[in-house]
Amino acid sequence: MTQKFRTTDGGLIDRNRPISFTFDGKSYQGYEGDTLASALLANGVHLLGRSFKYHRPRGILAAGSEEPNAMVELRTGARKEPNTRATTIELFDGLVAKSQNCWPSLSFDIMAINNLFSPLLSAGFYYKTFMWPVSFWTNVYEHIIRRAAGLGTAPTEADPDHYEQCHEHCDVLVVGAGPAGLMAAQAAADKGARVIIADEHVLLGGSLNSEDLTVSGKPGNDWAAAQVAKLSAMDNVHIFTRTTVFGYYDHNTVAAIEKVSDHVAVPAPGKPRQRMWIFYPKQVVIAAGATERPLIFGNNDIPGIMLAAAVRTYTNQYGVKPGSRAIVVTNNSDAYRTAIDLHGAGVTVVAVVDSRTHPDAPLAAELASLSIELITGKTVGAAGGGQRVAYALLVSTQGDTEEPQRIDCDLIASSGGWNPNLHLHSQSGAKPVYNEAIFSFVPGQSRQAEVCVGAANGSFGLQECLDQGLAAGAEAAKLAGFKGKNKKPPKAGDDGDYSIEALWISPTPYNKSYKQFVDQQNDVKVSDVNLAAQEGYDSVELLKRYTTQGMATDQGKTSNVNALAILAGQRGEPIPDVGITTFRPPYVPVAMGVFAGHTVGHEFMPVRHTAIHDWNKKQGAVFIEAGLWLRARYYPQSPSDTMTDCYIRETNNTRNNVAMIDVSTLGKIDIQGPDAAEFLNRLYINNWLKLPIGKVRYGVMLREDGMVFDDGTTSRLGENHYFMTTTTANAAPVLSHMEYYHQTVWPDLDVVFCSVTEQWTGIAVAGPNSRKLLKKVIDIDLDNAAFPFMAVGECHMNKIPARLFRISFSGELAYEVNVPADYGEQAWLELLEAGKEMGVAPYGTEPLGTMRIEKGHVAGSELDGRTTALDLGLEGLSNRSKHFIGKHNSARPAMLAEGRLQVVGLKSLEPGRNLRVGAHLVDDKVTLESVSQSQGHVSATTFSPSLGCSIALGLLKDGTARHGEQIDAVFPLDDEKIRVEICHPVFIDPKGELVRA
Amino acid sequence: MLRIECPWCGVRNEDEFSYGGDAAVDRPSDEGSPDEWYDYVYTRNNSAGKHTEHWQHVNGCRAWVIVVRDTVTHKIYSTVPASPNLPTGKAGVDQT
Repeated sequence: MTQKFRTTDGGLIDRNRPISFTFDGKSYQGYEGDTLASALLANGVHLLGRSFKYHRPRGILAAGSEEPNAMVELRTGARKEPNTRATTIELFDGLVAKSQNCWPSLSFDIMAINNLFSPLLSAGFYYKTFMWPVSFWTNVYEHIIRRAAGLGTAPTEADPDHYEQCHEHCDVLVVGAGPAGLMAAQAAADKGARVIIADEHVLLGGSLNSEDLTVSGKPGNDWAAAQVAKLSAMDNVHIFTRTTVFGYYDHNTVAAIEKVSDHVAVPAPGKPRQRMWIFYPKQVVIAAGATERPLIFGNNDIPGIMLAAAVRTYTNQYGVKPGSRAIVVTNNSDAYRTAIDLHGAGVTVVAVVDSRTHPDAPLAAELASLSIELITGKTVGAAGGGQRVAYALLVSTQGDTEEPQRIDCDLIASSGGWNPNLHLHSQSGAKPVYNEAIFSFVPGQSRQAEVCVGAANGSFGLQECLDQGLAAGAEAAKLAGFKGKNKKPPKAGDDGDYSIEALWISPTPYNKSYKQFVDQQNDVKVSDVNLAAQEGYDSVELLKRYTTQGMATDQGKTSNVNALAILAGQRGEPIPDVGITTFRPPYVPVAMGVFAGHTVGHEFMPVRHTAIHDWNKKQGAVFIEAGLWLRARYYPQSPSDTMTDCYIRETNNTRNNVAMIDVSTLGKIDIQGPDAAEFLNRLYINNWLKLPIGKVRYGVMLREDGMVFDDGTTSRLGENHYFMTTTTANAAPVLSHMEYYHQTVWPDLDVVFCSVTEQWTGIAVAGPNSRKLLKKVIDIDLDNAAFPFMAVGECHMNKIPARLFRISFSGELAYEVNVPADYGEQAWLELLEAGKEMGVAPYGTEPLGTMRIEKGHVAGSELDGRTTALDLGLEGLSNRSKHFIGKHNSARPAMLAEGRLQVVGLKSLEPGRNLRVGAHLVDDKVTLESVSQSQGHVSATTFSPSLGCSIALGLLKDGTARHGEQIDAVFPLDDEKIRVEICHPVFIDPKGELVRA
Repeated sequence: MLRIECPWCGVRNEDEFSYGGDAAVDRPSDEGSPDEWYDYVYTRNNSAGKHTEHWQHVNGCRAWVIVVRDTVTHKIYSTVPASPNLPTGKAGVDQT
């Protein structure tokens, strides 16, 4: 297998370790140390994909995470990852990659016809075109847009890999392990600070690996390797490789993604694919380097046109010749090194084209000594070629009136200057400022504990990077509380001075027009920016949204500064007046999986089981989630048992005999203290001061706005001892609510309380035979006179210490036994045993719901946060002569006005037709199409075994006064309309005789 | 991620806490007028700058605290107990 464009020696790849991979089904070979991009270039592959909008051929522009074009689908099946940048993929054996956004093939792509129709696809195209008629939106436009949109395709299978989240504290975090970062880490670590240094790459050293530089007389990469070895040996330094710091958040928290297993085909057993790190550094040194921006000229997107520094990286670090005949085009001194390095690698450099008329003399002399032609005052006006660049057309920077000079080439290395990587600095809240010397933005005043150094600070010289890194590392350690002397920085070899003259758009060759691309990933052209400005979208924020400039997966790393310079040109204003958009995390695309971490599937939330859970499971109960709890919903007795069969059977057994339900999930709060009664008096709308010991009371709590918050029973167990229950759903909110008032509003009340939900198992025993059953096991007198409705007492259930409450949710004679949770299952089994002869059976939440609807007890579906006690028929409980939460706002005129939704009962008048939750209540003049005139809705429904028909609770406008009327319950989604009778919400035993029996 | 210094537990991540609203509003007495009660529930200054607010260390010690936070920069100036009756051993924490 040949790697025709690989140099015979040099570079940091291992030629003894070949690696096989495929791209678009064809096999290639690269070496260990390659990226997918460098290996493809070594094989002469420059065409990697098609562009987003115009389907133009695209290749490799850059050599790192800033790459806009070279995106591939990596891997296959469930591990397929679309839009992966070839420039950041470490080559591994068996790697499979595929080009994107092309059909039927990469070299012949039908959608490339968009390229010819491009005048139709200008900025704001979608906004202008797909506006009318409205009906076309869902039927026509959406299909067209969906098919044409996007680049790669997402995998259809679930992600088989797992992801981790970790936290780490340190004194100094250094972002980037280039020359500045390595010095900063060393300086901080030398003072004893705990240092984390993180870098995207596996090979640390940054530009020292990709440039021909020397430090302390050693080749740059050797110096970097020695420096890394030194840091690795220090206990107080933690080096993170393959780790991109992607977000800078409040209070100096910083997030990073560690690509643990992306460099191998499949993660090793027990290893995550990626790991998210949250760092908590005291100080941050940002040594994130800089990104080169391309020059903008006609057809500047043809494969073979690359960033000048990327060309050096491929040549120096990967031993790859990105072309055979190269032109270097630049507006600055830095790109000269590309010509020199290419020449050194044996590539013919046809010319260096410098738009400046007075280039740096030493560089000009060096080119002359290598016999490389230097053309000044000119630039590339346009390039030509199909799927690979074939020639450049040179124009004078002043514009030409004659035919341009044509130079044939297969590589154009382009440099429009350097932009410091200010993403993290900006995310930290700081505002970058424009620097006229480098024609780019540099860090502004720090808003958090961070400092930018080296190229990220706009200081591009190697010696500056080393000096600044050392000083910043030492200062960061000092600010974090570490003392010690500062060391001297090492001496860098001469790398020349950086000089630049602005050239934002190259003049186009005489009498011709070309596409000049600004944002290559989103296919945004100079003409789009100009058009947006002409149409009034001339602020950077509007420009971005109108043209989608900088909104692709590369976030405009190579294009944003160019775009706003062009916009400034259109507005005729200086660049700083136009401003810069805010950088947002993440710096690089981050998989959703890593944000989820372990919390996927059943690990998404903890699951809570009651003490009866195992027994329920053994019985084959069907469970339902109630908050985090799993509750038994019903108990099938045979495989053919439906839910309806079960809840009717379980309801009948409760109503006619005796049945048991596990109610342990209700919130339970133990309240003690001399002011406990006063505290309850203020929490609940009803009166608590005169509740005798040994009695239970049903209570209703409001929010401050007057809406009902929660309901439940509270018992007085002793002089200053109360026991509250809340609904299952509100157990935690009620506790927080009580803590809020106790700590912030009424700290003077002498009361303490805590949740005892987990400490008690609650079992409701309900039905006409419940007393008979309990008499067998309970050691206190249960006769009606001795233990009447709403009594509570301490007792023993067989030998188990217990509390017994005579309360009923079902409407039957009923009790609730509470035992310490450790005895929960035992108590349940003993009750079952004691009731065996009576035919006791468990019942689930489904029959519980049936019976509460029959009994007209309001629950969560009526306590929906919008109903008052009056709406719910509970106002009679309130005592307005005392103070309670929500008292005043529940009396506001709107809360008492006519037209409010009030709880009613509803009975289906159409036998065999069942009401539905969510159905709207409308009068009979309303058709299925006009339910906007809804007068209310159905909140809870059931088939009532006792009444033999479908019944419901509903919230109906002025419902309390409308008992006896008829109304329609409509469910337009299913074209359903059922005639119902409005009635009192209590369907059975309205006088409550059963519970008192 | 906000980092809030609980007077009892030390510096903890925001996700251990839950926000509990404006701490600068005074709850009217039972004799308060309907307007006062309305304002207490509904009227808030949407201030840019220092804001006094309640947080509960709900996934920690469950204490309610009063945090002075800058709504523009998220800088937290102080975190003190909401209740005068819960001893911390120190008079709140200055995070400046």
